[in-house]
Amino acid sequence: MKMEPAVRLPVGPETGHSPAWMRRIGYVLLYVLLSLVALPQILPLIWLLLFSLKNNQEVFDMAPFALPATPRWENYVKVWTEGNISLYFFNSVWITVVSVVFTVLFASLVTFAITRMRWKGRSLVLGLFMVGLMIPVHSTLIPLFSLFLKLNLTDHPLSVILSYIAFNMPITIMILLGFYYALPREVEEAAVMDGCSVNRIFFRIVLPMTASVIATTAIINMIYDWNEFIFVNTFISSDAYKTLTVGVQNFIGQYTTDWGAIGATLMISILPILIAFLVLSERIVEGIAAGSVKG
Amino acid sequence: MDKVMSNRLVAALYVLPALLLLLVLVYIPIVLTGYYGLMQWDGIGAMTFIGLDNYTRLLQDSTFWQSANHTFLLALFSALSLIGYLMIALVLSGKIKGANFFRKIYLIPMLLSSVAIAQLWLKIYHPSNGVLNSFLEAIGFSNPPAWLAEPSLVLYALFVPILWQYAGFYILIYYAALKNIPESLIEAARIDGANPWQIAFRIKLPLITEVIKVTVVLAVVGSLKYFDLIYVMTDGGPNGSSEVMASYMYRQAFRSFDFGYGSAVGFFLLLICLVVTWLLRKATASKDTIQYS
Repeated sequence: MKMEPAVRLPVGPETGHSPAWMRRIGYVLLYVLLSLVALPQILPLIWLLLFSLKNNQEVFDMAPFALPATPRWENYVKVWTEGNISLYFFNSVWITVVSVVFTVLFASLVTFAITRMRWKGRSLVLGLFMVGLMIPVHSTLIPLFSLFLKLNLTDHPLSVILSYIAFNMPITIMILLGFYYALPREVEEAAVMDGCSVNRIFFRIVLPMTASVIATTAIINMIYDWNEFIFVNTFISSDAYKTLTVGVQNFIGQYTTDWGAIGATLMISILPILIAFLVLSERIVEGIAAGSVKG
Repeated sequence: MDKVMSNRLVAALYVLPALLLLLVLVYIPIVLTGYYGLMQWDGIGAMTFIGLDNYTRLLQDSTFWQSANHTFLLALFSALSLIGYLMIALVLSGKIKGANFFRKIYLIPMLLSSVAIAQLWLKIYHPSNGVLNSFLEAIGFSNPPAWLAEPSLVLYALFVPILWQYAGFYILIYYAALKNIPESLIEAARIDGANPWQIAFRIKLPLITEVIKVTVVLAVVGSLKYFDLIYVMTDGGPNGSSEVMASYMYRQAFRSFDFGYGSAVGFFLLLICLVVTWLLRKATASKDTIQYS
């Protein structure tokens, strides 16, 4: 899904009717505007990075964007070793990985069955998943809590993982759908001729062909699961299973006055996503544009 | 071909795991929310059926309506901010070098967790050491306000990071839609002598009307159920002046342990979301959608 036109014409933002100097001023103004919008998006993060490397005295006495004399990496060492941040971090990692794997696998199975196989009720099932996109999470929270309470799953990571899979399923299927509809049928037809079973067609042929869209859905799911707050906050009460979002929230409560420690904690919690973004930004942009229903 | 690919057993096996999760964890809870709303219930003990008492209480609950007003205000601001995002996307979609770079920068806040954003903005708004008040003092304001402690300011102070968080998302959607318009159409208009304004407002905008409608629904419904930043940053305070519907529901259920009433609020929230979606769809429905082929 490349959005750029194939050929870029050498025309400026203004057409050829106005004189060159006016066009140039127009250009400069446009860039000023775009940068003015970009600054507030990026400056808070730079400020965060800077104060995560300062001690309180430096935070209070220096100008907000001044570099510290020596960056205090010990803030990071301290929050990583002293509190439970490393525990929360690894909880986030494994809960996110498990949820993403199952969401993408289940969603691929459903999308395959709906787009490539023939059975009654396909459109009804697809409809159910698509309507699921519009349901506010908060309206389901109380029954979910009481359901997990009955199943003895509160304060159990399964409650969070199952909720992530269920609630991210519609958006994942939506992103997969377009790709599956565009897959050529010839390959499957040939495979059927050769006597392949459906399982073999799906796991050996179709799934590998969808690798690129799987990567897109995986990264989008990873962002949602890594950042999710309300389910963990509601279902999980013991430190052993808390993820970073909730852990950071509690942890910061204890460190209200230590700006450097808070900054370092926040940096640790956003770093994996920022790194993923640096490496995979095209996929993320594509996934968000394709799944524009979740906001 | 047909025989293999219409194997019902396999289709069922493929669909069931996801479908069961969806039904059990999304659809059944929705129905149960409405049902629990008819009960007096502390979440653990026995339920007592009290009919529509929770719902009549809701209609007369001035605190709820205050939070509903805050929610509607957020929806209004979110919808209005779309105009700005659309303008930026129009600029970006022109022949701008580095459009890709800007688009990615704009998107960064959306990737961060609400908790990280909330904690960061708590620091930005910090009355004495926050970057905002440091800046205001530097340019001559001697006594900048404590943004989040001021009942008259707090709601608007919270709107800023909420809108900040989603700006890149909407810009990206508009940008993608605008880039999808065939270049030949724009070129034809240009040859016919249309100026950039005409191209933007007479050709590009009408062609992405459908996308604009979708974003309006997204922004409004997203605002109606908004919760995260407000919960972390102010918890609805001071004194309810930044409470929204979802945070009020959460407070009733998980703080006051009034699960029956909380469910009624949650069900009402769901109804409002569905009704507003329907109304917006209806209000913006047009018989002749413009298409390019």
